[in-house]
Amino acid sequence: MTFEEWLYTLPLRLRSLFRRKQADRELSDELRDHLERQIKENLAAGMSSANAHYSALRTLGGITQIEQQCRDARGGNFMENLAQDLRYGFRQLYRSPGFSALAILCLTLGIGANTAVFSWIEGILFRPYPAVAHQERLLALAGTARGETGATGISWPDFLDLQRSCTLCEEFFVSKITGSTLNIGERAEVTRGSIVSANYFDAIGVHPILGRGFEPGEDTGSDAHPVAVISYQLWRNRFKGDPQIVGKMQRLNNVPHTIIGVAPEGFYGTFVGWAMHFWVPASMEETFESGGYKLEDRDARWIEAYVRLKPGVTRAQAQGEISAIAARLEAGYPATNRGRGIRLWPLWQTPFNNAGTLLPTLEIMLAVVAFVLLIACANVGNLLLVRSFARRREMTVRLAIGASRPRLLKQLFTEGLILSTLGAACGLLVAFWCRHALVLLLPARSGVAMYLPGEIDWRVMLLSAGICLIATLIVGLVPAFQTRDIDLAGALKADSSAVVGARGKAWVRSGLVVFQVCLSFVLLVGAVLLLQSLQKIRTASPGFSTNGVVQTGVSLISAGYDVPQARTFQKELIDRVRALPGVQSAAFARLTPLGYGTYSSTPIAVDGYQLPPEEQPSVDYNQVSPDYFATLGIPLLSGREFSATDDENAPLVAIVNQTMAARYWRDQNPIDRRLQVKGRWVRVVGVAADSKYESMRESPKPFFYVPLLQDFARSPALYIRTAQPLQSVSAAVLREVHALDGNLALYETITLQEQVDRSTSPQLVAVTLVSILGGLALLLAAVGLYGVMSYAVAQSTRELGLRMALGAGAVTLFRLVISRGLRLTAGGVLCGATAGLVVTRLFGKLLYDVSPNDPLAFASAVAVMTITSVAACLLPAWRATRTDPARVLRD
Amino acid sequence: MLLGNREETGLSKPSELLQGTLDMLVLKILALDPLNGWAVSQRLKQMSSDVLGVSDGSLYPALHKLEQRGWITAEWKLSENNRRSKFYSLTRLGRKQLEKEAADWNRLSAAISGIVKLKEA
Repeated sequence: MTFEEWLYTLPLRLRSLFRRKQADRELSDELRDHLERQIKENLAAGMSSANAHYSALRTLGGITQIEQQCRDARGGNFMENLAQDLRYGFRQLYRSPGFSALAILCLTLGIGANTAVFSWIEGILFRPYPAVAHQERLLALAGTARGETGATGISWPDFLDLQRSCTLCEEFFVSKITGSTLNIGERAEVTRGSIVSANYFDAIGVHPILGRGFEPGEDTGSDAHPVAVISYQLWRNRFKGDPQIVGKMQRLNNVPHTIIGVAPEGFYGTFVGWAMHFWVPASMEETFESGGYKLEDRDARWIEAYVRLKPGVTRAQAQGEISAIAARLEAGYPATNRGRGIRLWPLWQTPFNNAGTLLPTLEIMLAVVAFVLLIACANVGNLLLVRSFARRREMTVRLAIGASRPRLLKQLFTEGLILSTLGAACGLLVAFWCRHALVLLLPARSGVAMYLPGEIDWRVMLLSAGICLIATLIVGLVPAFQTRDIDLAGALKADSSAVVGARGKAWVRSGLVVFQVCLSFVLLVGAVLLLQSLQKIRTASPGFSTNGVVQTGVSLISAGYDVPQARTFQKELIDRVRALPGVQSAAFARLTPLGYGTYSSTPIAVDGYQLPPEEQPSVDYNQVSPDYFATLGIPLLSGREFSATDDENAPLVAIVNQTMAARYWRDQNPIDRRLQVKGRWVRVVGVAADSKYESMRESPKPFFYVPLLQDFARSPALYIRTAQPLQSVSAAVLREVHALDGNLALYETITLQEQVDRSTSPQLVAVTLVSILGGLALLLAAVGLYGVMSYAVAQSTRELGLRMALGAGAVTLFRLVISRGLRLTAGGVLCGATAGLVVTRLFGKLLYDVSPNDPLAFASAVAVMTITSVAACLLPAWRATRTDPARVLRD
Repeated sequence: MLLGNREETGLSKPSELLQGTLDMLVLKILALDPLNGWAVSQRLKQMSSDVLGVSDGSLYPALHKLEQRGWITAEWKLSENNRRSKFYSLTRLGRKQLEKEAADWNRLSAAISGIVKLKEA
């Protein structure tokens, strides 16, 4: 219909819908007008009054019929018919409650799973910060280094330059995660907070409910502005909702901070996955970050930032401008910025929070729930089909007494709509219950309030409504297909108890079952692949030993230690720890492997290694103390460990890993060769075996170590190799720490195995979700197969009875039914295996050391599918053997 | 789909030949000037010299159908001697439809009269 047609006809349709009475009245008025004029004319022609009246009525015909015809022409009947269909549909569903419940349950699972995943994607990836204004224009800002794929931080001076020169972005703000031990009253606990730029609260449009946000200038200077805004939850739970909180002092990392504001309820900060509990301005960075005063250091790339685009600006445009600015910075500050760029990321790909970690899992889930929905729809379609055979007579009668086929189709689709709407409503409930479920799948860690909410907003609702409509179409289409070729005469003549054409249409139902088996087979393969991968990743060696090593640490920064004090403390502590019973060795390292922190990185030069032009290799390194390799069980391939004499006064030394040695020294021994680190030459004293540094899934990469004493950090991690259980180690270390300084607190004490497990938690989430949904899909497919087989058995009682009468034993019949079921399964598995070869590539991003076409995964999926099918066919097959030949022959 | 039940209701047809042509005649009459239902029926009778025998009974459903399709619009107005009547007039869409139907009709009638005039061999 064109717009012009709508213009004329829409008001009329609305009127016939909502103002029926008035439309009807006008119709009678119009007809009466006609009659009166005709009567007048008749009188003028000389008829008697009665005659004139009668003649006028006769020329017009039956008024009531004309009115009805006009009403029909008006088309308002659509709604009337719909109401009738709805009433009828509800009655039909009410009359077969078992069928209806099963169908609605299937659709609830299908639509609910979809809605839940939509709500997670909405709440975690697309709109992760509910209280923040204009999230649709927010982008994450991170640095890049030439020749590396990952993201780096940005330095504060670079950030300020960006903020000054960029014209396409409305706001720039910093939000860098940090932590602090909070001592309030008796209880001490680790909480997470953010170091932010002074414009933070204004930029995100969040206004503290008490006090104020930060003022311009509060993010300048060295430890110049000890002020903090606290979260609503912290205020409620730890400060008992004290209305006089503003102006009070709270020690954060041992520096007294003035609490200047309380953030509103429902604001959790801007870090996907974790709830933030306090915010401090960037000027306090030294108190919370290692590495000293960094606000004037262009080489210290530590901040994580966001920008908000001006309305109408695209990411590509803004990226263009920012790249140009980054290029200017590179030219202006070659010493620090060579090969450095700055990149905008959509929020769902934010490289520095849990969004990036969960993205691949949620992508896969989207495909998986689509599969589950299709399987559920196929199931309901199958159920409706079986029922449509039973209702074939009803349809035939309705056709015979004059219902049009479109009218019947509408009736069938209305029933589908009722089912899927009820399914969608229940599905929405399921999604609502599951909206916080993701958190449950991630391992808890102390000091972190996990916050991964699903968001059910109008967009999610709209998508679910769309899904519901698609389900209606699929579900309604199957029986609609049936009405196409009803042979009226034949059907009416036929015996009423026979189900006409059932045999002819058996292939539709079988096709649906094959389709279901195919889809659930693919899901099964996916689940097995992920399971294999998880198993491999959990048992794979990270290159260091995970058993018998405990990881903890002491934050000396937060205790206000300066570098000389910290050096003394660390030395004393390590001696005390080594002397503890059961401790074999102990060591410090600035960063823990597979942790959240970012390694130091440096451009390197190597004596005798000719750099290809345009290549300035940058290599990550870690600062470790003597005994590090022995404690973590990383084998040294040649050379020696760092020793206590490799201190700040000794010549600089380094230990390189195997990959680095192979790449830069080729076949020669790198021991005693020189390596340039941050512009200074250091001597290589050892070669260590490769291990995993940032992720279990990374491939071997160049890496090296320098002595902690030569590149000092005040808050390193402490590793202890011991046979003692975790609890007693933790208590013993805490005793030693307190013997040195009673005001210090330990970091979370965990085993290295726990550290590795945490780094693979996205895989665990994916495995759990895909297994749950794969199981669900398998169950649905089994129900479908069961339905088809029991129907087939019920339909062929006569055939089975005859076979029995002719001497077939129960075993033969049993085998007959099972083999028919298995034939369907075989078809589905064949399709599924073909599809699986392509589809499982989707899982590639999450797989570790497992090929997406792993034959073992396919084989085990075949086995599970076969067992399930046999189980689904058992009952129908048993029923087949119970056929009573005497009764069948009598009937 | 809104008008999907048009087929099944079936407006009463004056005669076989007239299927579809009643619409065209009504459009043509309303193209000359806006009229009420009664006047349309009188005009139909005069213009076709009563040959077509369109009953008033089939006129009104036809009018309502044309209105639903957006080809004519209706308006309650005072006619001569202060009586309120429903007046129909042609819309722009209706004019286009009329042109199309007239062209179709001309082609059809030319073809039919060509056949009718054939001399028997």
